[in-house]
Formats: sequence, C-alpha cells, structure tokens
Amino acid sequence: MHPAPAILQMKGIAKRYPGVVALDGVDLEVRRGEVHILLGENGAGKSTLMKILAGAVRRDAGTIALDGRECDLATPRAAQAAGVSIIYQEFNLVPHLTVAENIFLGREPRGPVPGLIGTARLRADAARLLRELEVAIDPGAVVADLGVAEQQMVEVAKALSVEAKILVLDEPTSALSDKEIAQLFKVIRALRARGVALIYISHRMEELFQIGDRVTVMRDGRYIATREIPQTTLPELVSLMVGRDLTEHFPKKPVAPGEELLRVEHLSRAGVLHDISLTLRRGEVVGLAGLMGSGRTELARAIFGADPVTAGRVTVKGREVKVGSPRQAIGLGLGLLTEDRKRQGLVLCLDIRANTCLASVDRFSAAGVVDGRRETAVAQKLTADLRVKTPGLHQRVVNLSGGNQQKVVLAKWLCCEADILIFDEPTRGIDVGSKVEIYQLINRLAAEGKAILMISSELPEILGMSDRILVMNCGRIAGEFTAAEATQEKILHCALGAHAA
Amino acid sequence: MKLPPVIARHARQFGTFAVFVVLCAVISVLTPHFFTVTNLLNVAQQTVINALIAVGLTYVIISGGIDLSVGSILAFAGVVMAHALRLGWPVPLAILAGVGVGAGCGLVNGLLISYGRLPPFIATLGMMSVARGGALLATDGRPVSGFGESFRWLATGEIAGVPVPVLVMVLVYAAAHLVLQRTKFGRYTYAIGGNEEASLLSGVPVRLYKTGIYVVGGGLAALGAVLLTARLNSAQPIAGINYELDAIAATVIGGTSLMGGQGSVIGTLIGALIMGVLRNGLNLLGVSSFIQQVVIGVVIIAAVLLDTFFKQSKR
Repeated sequence: MHPAPAILQMKGIAKRYPGVVALDGVDLEVRRGEVHILLGENGAGKSTLMKILAGAVRRDAGTIALDGRECDLATPRAAQAAGVSIIYQEFNLVPHLTVAENIFLGREPRGPVPGLIGTARLRADAARLLRELEVAIDPGAVVADLGVAEQQMVEVAKALSVEAKILVLDEPTSALSDKEIAQLFKVIRALRARGVALIYISHRMEELFQIGDRVTVMRDGRYIATREIPQTTLPELVSLMVGRDLTEHFPKKPVAPGEELLRVEHLSRAGVLHDISLTLRRGEVVGLAGLMGSGRTELARAIFGADPVTAGRVTVKGREVKVGSPRQAIGLGLGLLTEDRKRQGLVLCLDIRANTCLASVDRFSAAGVVDGRRETAVAQKLTADLRVKTPGLHQRVVNLSGGNQQKVVLAKWLCCEADILIFDEPTRGIDVGSKVEIYQLINRLAAEGKAILMISSELPEILGMSDRILVMNCGRIAGEFTAAEATQEKILHCALGAHAA
Repeated sequence: MKLPPVIARHARQFGTFAVFVVLCAVISVLTPHFFTVTNLLNVAQQTVINALIAVGLTYVIISGGIDLSVGSILAFAGVVMAHALRLGWPVPLAILAGVGVGAGCGLVNGLLISYGRLPPFIATLGMMSVARGGALLATDGRPVSGFGESFRWLATGEIAGVPVPVLVMVLVYAAAHLVLQRTKFGRYTYAIGGNEEASLLSGVPVRLYKTGIYVVGGGLAALGAVLLTARLNSAQPIAGINYELDAIAATVIGGTSLMGGQGSVIGTLIGALIMGVLRNGLNLLGVSSFIQQVVIGVVIIAAVLLDTFFKQSKR
C-alpha cells in the first residue's frame, strides 16, 4: 500500500516573540485520511504551530500548502474556508444556545420568511450531522446542560458541517472518561475513513498507539522527526521528545513517615462530602484516587478553607483548628495546587516574581511596604531551582508554556514554605519531561519532611508516587491501600463500586 | 529595534508620554499663547481635580472594578466640608470631615461590592444617586459659599512659585505611584484585578482590600472636592456631574485596562494632562466647546483602539 497524497504541507514555519523563538523552521506533512499525532513537551511549539494553521497567529516565515497549492491562511476565516477546523481544549461554544444553533452559528439556513432563520431545517441538518457521528445528542438541547464529552461532539459536528478537510484536536481526551474516549475514538476512525486528515495533540502516550497512524515530534520549537506509529516505540518517542533517555518514570524513594501533620475526622459538606477521615504524616505522599466528580477536588477545597463544611474536625500539627478561609489555611502551613492553574492558580497578567511571591507578600513586607529586592532574590532562586524556562523574572506568566506555569504555581507554595501540600492533578496537561521533574520535586519535598496529598486521575501516577492510597467514590472515602497492596484493579473497583458502598 | 528593558516594559506609558509631547508641540506651533508659564500652570490647575479623581479610579479599575459615584461623592463631601467651615470648624478639621465623608461613601461602596457581592457598576450607580441626593438635601439645593482666607489659600496659595493644588496633585501622584508599585496594597490591587479567584486561594484577603480600594477612591474624590471648593469659594451640590466619565477617560487614555490587572498611575496622570492640554489648546485656538467634545471622544476611542491594535500586532 503506498501512502495517500499529502493534504497539508507546512514548510520552514518560523515564529518569534519578543525574547523567545517559538518556532524555528518547522515542517509538518499530513496525509488525507490519517490521524497524525503531534507530539512534544509543553513549550515545544505545537500550539503555536496549530494556531498558525488556524490563521489565529501570523507566521514570520515558511509556506503552507493545501492539496499542493500554496495558501496564505492569514485569518481564522481564511483557514476555515480552506477546510481547516480546530477544536481547542477550551471549547468555542455559546453556552446558552442550543446544539443546533451552535453547530450552524454564523451560517444559519434561511427560513421561508426572508430575515428569519429556518428553525426546522436548522434542527434537521443538525440532527443529520449528529446521526452521522452516531451520538445521541438532542439538537434542541442547550449546550450549557451538556457534559464535556457531548460538548466536544458538538464541536466535531460543527467542524463536519463546514466540511473540514483537516481537523485539529488539541488534547481532546484530557477531560473525558474512558468510555467517552472510546466513543471519541470511534468517531475519529469514522472521520478518517471519510478521508478527513486529523491532527491530534495529546500528552497521553498510551493513546497515541491506539489511534495514531503517524507521529511528528517537536522539541524546543524545532521539528525533530516523523515516524510511522507501528514502527516506533514508546521509549523511542519519549527520548525524541525530551532529547534524553528517561530511565525511571517514577523515581519513588521510600521515606519513613514522621509525626502527623494533618488529621481530618468526619468531615462533611451537605450533598458533596460525607464523613471523610484521613491523616497525613511528615514525609508521606498520600494518593487520592477516584473518578471525576467523586469529590476529590471538593475535599481539597474544604480542607483548604475555600468551601464551607457542615461538620467535622480538622487537626493541624496536633492543634484542632477551624479553617474558615484559604488565608487561615496558608497561615497554618497548607498549600493548594489547584487543578485549573490558569483560572485558580495564577494571575496571568502579572510577572513571574509577583506570582511566585503572591501567597507570601506578608513575609516580604514591613509596614505594608514590599521589599522588592528580597522578593527578586527568592523568586530567582526558586525559578532556577525548579528550572522554569524564561528570559527573566519580569516575564508575564501568560507567556509561559503550561509546564512552566505549573512550576511557577509550585514556586508560589515553596515560597511561603507550606509543609502540608495538596496537589490537585499536578501533571494534568503537562509533557513527559516536566512530569518527571514534578515527580522528583514531590519526592524531594516529601524527603524534606513535607506532607503531601496528591489527587490524580492517572492511576500509574497514583501507584508510582504514593505511600498510601485513598480512593473516593460519591463523596466518601471508599477504600484505603498501602503502596504494596494497591493495584490498578483494586483502585478501579473501589472507585467504580456501587454508590453508597 | 531593540529598546532598553525599562522602556520596553513600560512601552505603553512612554507611548502615551510621546503623544503628550507631540500634542504640546503641535499646539505650541499653532498658538504662541500655549507655551507660557502662566498658561501651563493654568493647564495644571485645571487638570488637578480630574487628576485626583482619576488616580483613585485607577486603583479601582486595576482591581477589576469601576466607580461611577466619584462625581457625586465629590459634591457631597464638598458641601459637608463647606457646612463645617461655615460653622466655624478649624480648616484642617473641616477638611478631615469632608474627606471622611468621601471615604465613608467609598466604604459603603466597598462593603456592598465585597461583602454584598454586588457588581461594582450597580453598587456605585446607586451611590452616585444617593450621594448626589445627600448633597442636595444637605444644602436644600443651594450652593454654600464664602470661606476664610486660610481655606482659600489651598487654591490661591503658592509654594516656591508652584500653586498649592498642583503641589497636592504631584504629592498625591508620587504617593499613589509608590503605594501601587511598592506596597502590599498595590500588589494585591493588581492581583485581585488580574485573577480574583487565584488571589483568594493564595491567601489574599480579597474582600478587605477591595473595600479599601473603594475607600481610597472615595477619599481622593473628596480631596478633589476640597480643592474645587477652595477655588470656587463655594461648594455646589451639583458639582462634579460627569466627572466620573472624565476620570475614566483619563485612566483609559493612560493605558489602564478596564478588564483589570493592568495599568499605572503615571499613565493616568499623563492621560489627565492630555485631556487638560487638549481642552486648553482648543480653547486658545478658539475652537467651539461643541467641537471639543467631539475631539475628546475621538481621543478616548483612538487611545483604546491603538492599545487593541498594539496587542494584536504582537500575536
């Protein structure tokens, strides 16, 4: 079988931002009817490359050819007209319009009366598209009422409705359950069979082998290699991505736990958390597993004082406390690394120094005046220590890649010397290289005597990192395992077990 | 083109300043009456009130809020202080009363916004009406006039050849700049405007500081009332109408983002000066006040349009 012709050829694409070379002569060739994986660490330039393809970012150099003809793709509209559709991680849907209205937004069919929208046809066309995708979504449903997976299908339907020839999926599975992922893969294979070229960005390596045909690896804004999926291996891809061999994925070092730092007893929040008890010791990493919506994040927020609790007792370092606000929690030595770093972890428009010192401004100020020099010194040390890639401390956090942003959030908690750290999905949306760095850091913190509660949806991560594992299910602790006795099966069984176990 | 880092980081402020210099140069060429010491001091004097209101508003806007009530607060604080003066209170005490009323109105704004969770637009829209009503009630709708020489000195006095109001403005701006850049209050103002949720989860006492920001806004509007009353030798219950809009204009021309999280006091000062110079220059050139309105409006839109354009070209 000889390869299908290339539908997309990007050659020598370059883009430079003040102080940063985002892309340095990148090539990408995608064939009709293939799933082309775009792989690279955060900051490798994948997103920039895709934004250029979508016409959302202008390139400084290079050519783009579609079906062998050179195109400019200067605006999102031009890219769409040329058959390029992108589904970003954050969806572009209008929440209060219906599914059908969203699919045909801006291209509403005309009704029998001029000036009015043909509602019936709108509904019928949408229903037909959704049927083609074999998804059971009511075209009349309001988008805000749909789950993430369904909203994603609406995005796919929207792309189909404009007859996209190239469909880019940016981390499509990061918020989906396994069942929803299977459904998505079914749709992707159907699209591939219709001759659509799919460009697929994901950090979940195991997915690549399930769904990909070819893979292009990028690193530090440069093109590294393209491989046929059946002819490559996970270790090869990882070493291409990071430019070095990752010998140990989970560099876990056993630590003898010390005294108890946090004790939670019978913690409840009406309708959300039910009778939760747990302890955290110095030097311990406790994994908190469970499905999305099982109450893990809610538990973290309740312990941290961000949400009110209706009952329960919290003891920090032997003293019973009432944590009424995050400020109090921080004062007690707690730190919460939130799941959504952009919305809850960082002030994106401020620079690295301000973000690093945000939770410890008190300690850098006397009589309300902030000692900028001391801040700079500490931030400098932390960013160097965590290997944040940046031209300087005055770089705004919004300009950093996801992995580096996460490191800045970490720096914030290290800066205020928190010793009870709650990590909520610490490696979500982060590339393999940065992941290992964060694992090493978690181990280092534990070895330094901090107590760590780590929420994660990735079972290998939970199993590889934890000394003890708690499993949540429907707002309850459904099980507890030591590292030695835990297996993926046991955890899953517990997480999926009958409600009100 | 490689800019020195200081300029690169504050490109917007330097840009506004460049516009200001060009504007002054153009007007100087068109009329010989502009670039004289008397006239420049005159411009500064006319800018003072707007500049004082605008500096408070800059804090509010950087924190992600808005304050529509500053014009009304100015009137209310002015008449309260005028009454106190007429009752024979010592000048400093009367001023303190006026500023206290302004800060008090700001406190109510802040509490409604922080603890009552009202949108700033709504809370301050209400206060705009309440404070105006208060000013009218307190005076029966009539101006309160005639104050002692020692109070009038605030408008007429000079120190080393510089009019007192201009001096007040310079001092307030210097202090406001330092507070915004060097203190916890300033840092938290930016952080709250940039991301309130992240600030809260980082232990910033968001509600306390938000309330404080509106207190500062109200207090500075009242300080404007002090200087305005001294200048007119009269406190008008209908003073300050639409002043909030001028102050928003100065803030926006100065590069502060209405989205919050970004902006500077220095930019606002230049913004206020641009508006002052523009009005003065057009007056000197005999341009009708109707056309002036149009010009000011165009400048506001152009300033923000340039901002947007600048940001897009960087993408």
